[in-house]
Amino acid sequence: MELVTPQLGLIFWQLVFFGILLFLLAKLAWKPILSSLSEREHQIQSALDLAEKTRADMAKLQADNQQLLAEARAERDSILKAAKESADRIIAESKDKATVEGKRIIEDARETISNERAALVAQMKKEVVTISLEIAEKVLRKELSDKSAQEQLVADLAKEARLN
Amino acid sequence: MKHISIRLFVLFLFLAAIVSPQVMAEEPHKHGEKEKFNAGEMIMHHVADGHEWHFATIGHTHISIPLPVIIYDESKGFKVFSSSHFYHSEDGTYEGYKLEHEHITALDGSHVKDFSITKNVASLILSFVLLLTIFLTVAKSYKERTGKSPKGLQSVLEPIIIFIRDEVAKSNIGEKHYRRFTPYLLTLFFFIWINNLLGLLPGGANLTGNIAVTMTLAVITFIVVNFNGKSTYWTHIFAMPGVPKWMLIILTPVEIVGLFMKPFSLMVRLFANITAGHIILLSFLSMIFIFESLAVSPAVAIFSTFINLIELLVAALQAYIFTVLTASYIGAAVEEHHH
Repeated sequence: MELVTPQLGLIFWQLVFFGILLFLLAKLAWKPILSSLSEREHQIQSALDLAEKTRADMAKLQADNQQLLAEARAERDSILKAAKESADRIIAESKDKATVEGKRIIEDARETISNERAALVAQMKKEVVTISLEIAEKVLRKELSDKSAQEQLVADLAKEARLN
Repeated sequence: MKHISIRLFVLFLFLAAIVSPQVMAEEPHKHGEKEKFNAGEMIMHHVADGHEWHFATIGHTHISIPLPVIIYDESKGFKVFSSSHFYHSEDGTYEGYKLEHEHITALDGSHVKDFSITKNVASLILSFVLLLTIFLTVAKSYKERTGKSPKGLQSVLEPIIIFIRDEVAKSNIGEKHYRRFTPYLLTLFFFIWINNLLGLLPGGANLTGNIAVTMTLAVITFIVVNFNGKSTYWTHIFAMPGVPKWMLIILTPVEIVGLFMKPFSLMVRLFANITAGHIILLSFLSMIFIFESLAVSPAVAIFSTFINLIELLVAALQAYIFTVLTASYIGAAVEEHHH
């Protein structure tokens, strides 16, 4: 029975000491402990959030880089393609121009050659006439050195002339 | 850490020195050649409160610290003297007061109230100093080590503090109100736990196995719960919603009984668990003297070690149960209407 009979004195001291303990611990221990715990938890959470955000940023940056790289590659390809095209075009154009020019030069040459030949032929004709005239003059001079030959010729010419 | 324990030890010695100038080696009470061993008496003596702190009896010599007696006599007012006066006198009387079975009565028949620093009160003061020292040290290391990871005692207690805050307070009381009650729950848990452990020490007092202590704690919980009762809580007691009106004639008395049963069960549970643990342990040890044989001692040693380990678990468990039930009662009281 003694065990289950609460004593007044112990109740009193228990109330006093537990009350003071509760007050002191709440003020001096639990308050700073709980506030620094929640502060630390807050810090850890924000650090984790920041890490997550940084990771996302990094991924985004990497994706951007990848895209930029792909774009650069595409641009390079297109530039190369354009360059090749223009080179091809220039070559083709030059070829065409060269062909035309060559033809024109050949044409010119041919013309010049034919002109030269014509002039040469004309020159030769003149030469031949001159030489022929000289020869004829010399022959005539020799033929008509005597009187009878002269008369003969005149007669011949006259005869011919009559016939006409 | 080492410094703290040394400091505590010195403090304890200091306290002991204040309480008594010398550790008494008392004369034996009785001079029987060979007393018959009474296990029940021995166990009751160890489990109950006392006016001196008895550590051991070697032969017929008691090693104990006498404690101050403070009594309030309705006719003579307060009286303070050492309990050694009682234990030293032949018939257990001093200045007209008699100590019989650790109960003080006045010889002139006037009513006496006993406010003595008994063994349990001394243990209460010891735990008070211990708890303050531990948690003020921890609080200091939180201030000094702001933004750093916990260290030493701080890292031992931090998971427990977080457990009480999150798993006991927050999950039972709810996000909105738990902050108000966390200091009370933490104090309650560590007070019960530390005192349970102190009670397990050889020579320790059975503070948390004392009905006065558990009653006081239960009454504090009762007051905290009912002073924070919201309208939903009171409606559920006096006018349970969704129940036919005539049923309330039966239901309301049941609820009112339940109101008082809750703290009553808290009181009895802690008291019975801790006292039972002590009784079991002492019963095992008594077997050596009952059988008067050394042969049983190995078995007793094994069993009592085993029981002691279980008691270590019970010490934490009962502290947890008391705290978690308190939290759930508070949770029911502050719960908002949400049907």
